[in-house]
Amino acid sequence: MAIMRMRDALREALREEMLRDERIFLMGEDIGLYGGSYAVTKGLLEEFGEERVRDTPIAESAIVGIGIGAAMGGLHPMVEIMTINFSFLALDQIVNNAAKLLHMSNGQINVPLVIRMASGGGSQLAATHSHSLEGLYAHFPGLKVVCPSTPADAKGLLKRAFRDQNTVIFIEHTANYGLRGEVPDDPDFLVEFGVANVVREGTDVTIVGYSGSVHQAIRAAELLEQQEEISAEVIDLRTLRPLDMDTVIRSVKKTNRAVIVEDAWKFGGFGGELAAQIMERAFDWLDAPVARVACKDVPLPYNRNLEFHALPSEEDVVEAVLGMFKE
Amino acid sequence: MPLSAETLRDLHRRMLRIRLFEEEAGRLSEAGRIPGALHLYVGEEAVAAGVAAHLGPGDQVTSTHRGHGHLVAVGGDFRQMFAELFGRATGYCRGKGGSMHIADMDLGMLGANGIVGGGPPIAVGAAFSNKYRKTQNVTACFFGDGASNEGSFHEAANMAGLYRLPLIFVCENNGFGEFTRQDRHQAIRDIADRAAGYGFPGIVVDGMDAVAVYEAAGEAIARARRGEGPTLLECKTYRFFDHVGVRGMGVVYRSDDEVRAWRERDPITLLERRLAELGILDEAGAAAVREAIQAEVREAVAFAEASPFPDPAALTEDVYAS
Ligand SMILES: Cc1ncc(C[n+]2csc(CCOP(=O)(O)OP(=O)(O)O)c2C)c(N)n1
Ligand SMILES: [Mg+2]
Repeated sequence: MAIMRMRDALREALREEMLRDERIFLMGEDIGLYGGSYAVTKGLLEEFGEERVRDTPIAESAIVGIGIGAAMGGLHPMVEIMTINFSFLALDQIVNNAAKLLHMSNGQINVPLVIRMASGGGSQLAATHSHSLEGLYAHFPGLKVVCPSTPADAKGLLKRAFRDQNTVIFIEHTANYGLRGEVPDDPDFLVEFGVANVVREGTDVTIVGYSGSVHQAIRAAELLEQQEEISAEVIDLRTLRPLDMDTVIRSVKKTNRAVIVEDAWKFGGFGGELAAQIMERAFDWLDAPVARVACKDVPLPYNRNLEFHALPSEEDVVEAVLGMFKE
Repeated sequence: MPLSAETLRDLHRRMLRIRLFEEEAGRLSEAGRIPGALHLYVGEEAVAAGVAAHLGPGDQVTSTHRGHGHLVAVGGDFRQMFAELFGRATGYCRGKGGSMHIADMDLGMLGANGIVGGGPPIAVGAAFSNKYRKTQNVTACFFGDGASNEGSFHEAANMAGLYRLPLIFVCENNGFGEFTRQDRHQAIRDIADRAAGYGFPGIVVDGMDAVAVYEAAGEAIARARRGEGPTLLECKTYRFFDHVGVRGMGVVYRSDDEVRAWRERDPITLLERRLAELGILDEAGAAAVREAIQAEVREAVAFAEASPFPDPAALTEDVYAS
């Protein structure tokens, strides 16, 4: 075990996987000489050379498309889209090719590809640069969607992504890059997809989060315990596809209340999917309607206060929980 | 035909306005008083100034993430610009857009753009509207060497050529897309060559020479106004500062010697030298222009800092037009 930041854990995962499997190469904007916008790939060019760590032009659609083609050619590429905001330019390749080729070709073509991207708001970069689109990618059958919240999960899930025969959308919240935590150094350490993590046990309410919002959920649970004597169970989904609904349902049947926290917009979002599945599978156990805490229904603004108002906070989570206990 | 003293003074003033605005924005950002990401235009002033000097009412500009220079060049208001950078209610976008998204529709400035390559298709659409409405107006589309690798640029250039639209593509080739040198992001040297693939002229110009940019842009814009279609004007230039913020020297992706060599050809110094030789503006004259703009900058910063933050209600306004 070593204590490291999430960005370092991600780099360790890439290193170990590249050492293990020659078919893995990395491509992306400024990932080589510069070491990546969030320093995840720092040092990898020096260690593995240009053949395996490629700087690319600014051309997201081609970057992803080349990843798909190289995967069809027998490699296992990792392409980095600098931030999730720019993945809109690559959406056609991701959705129309990566996600569907296996099914459309009757199983002939599979696309073992890892697409990493940084996501999330909160840095005053305004509306074009602050998206949280985990739920958008989870909408498409054929994609796996992974969104770690801790350094250990980041490492184990990223290593696991390279053992997958499908395209994995690997989403890293920018607020998590600097988080420190214990990370196993065993090169065989993997975190399985579709296994949610019960971060904190509780009896009165279940708070579900993923990616950045797990941390709001945890802080909210602490506040609830200290100030309200409410015992909250916190679940980190870790992967949205596959989705470990069993863990959520088990928890809700115990606590009888569920709050979902996400950075993304509520309307048409992933929280709605969770709420629907809870309703379908645990309706009789619910003591209150499922609550959703999410981004306000607006593009994210630049001004600090406005952005703060727009994004969900732990206070919003606490308020949502308290609302469930009011009669 | 030699340029008139008035034109040369105008170019000088536009460039100096950009320089002094950007230097102050850089200082404020380094002091932690401006949040977010500032992409500063210092070193590239001749490009925006030389093009904007030909634009008038009804003409449009599309900009980039490095957009302050374009807006200042077409007459952007320092007060509203600084207020936007400070996230204030008096800013161009009421503090909702920030540096990467400032727009001024009254000046035909259709917006800075946080997405690389976001501008060219919009510029083609604006030019399309000019032709459709049978105006004499033109659209200037600023974009970088890095942006010239995005599909959006190529799709837009093809349609601009096809429809012979009144448009000028202005490529600010500053040699880098973020930290990647041009020879590591494209196999060609002259981005102007790309115009040939879309059926219109591509011209290379020294982007540190305001007069050269002015003259080349003048011809291209006249061509566009005559209905003869677009031109791609590639301006070879350099950003003196870093991709984001100020530093610029002592970085890994380029040498200090290279920066120094380009700074030797500072576009403002070059023009001031020329103005002095021609007896149009001596050192004292240049200093007076500088001081007047500096005072305007100071006043604008004070205005911006004294301005209120936007009301929380601003958050939910303007999601839809009514
Ligand atoms: C679609 C997209 N991809 C990546 C980025 C991140 N990014 C911002 S500026 C930039 C470099 C742009 O280079 P260039 O077009 O040459 O403009 P310059 O910064 O040199 O003025 C990059 C990659 C972005 N904003 N949008
Ligand atoms: Mg550039």
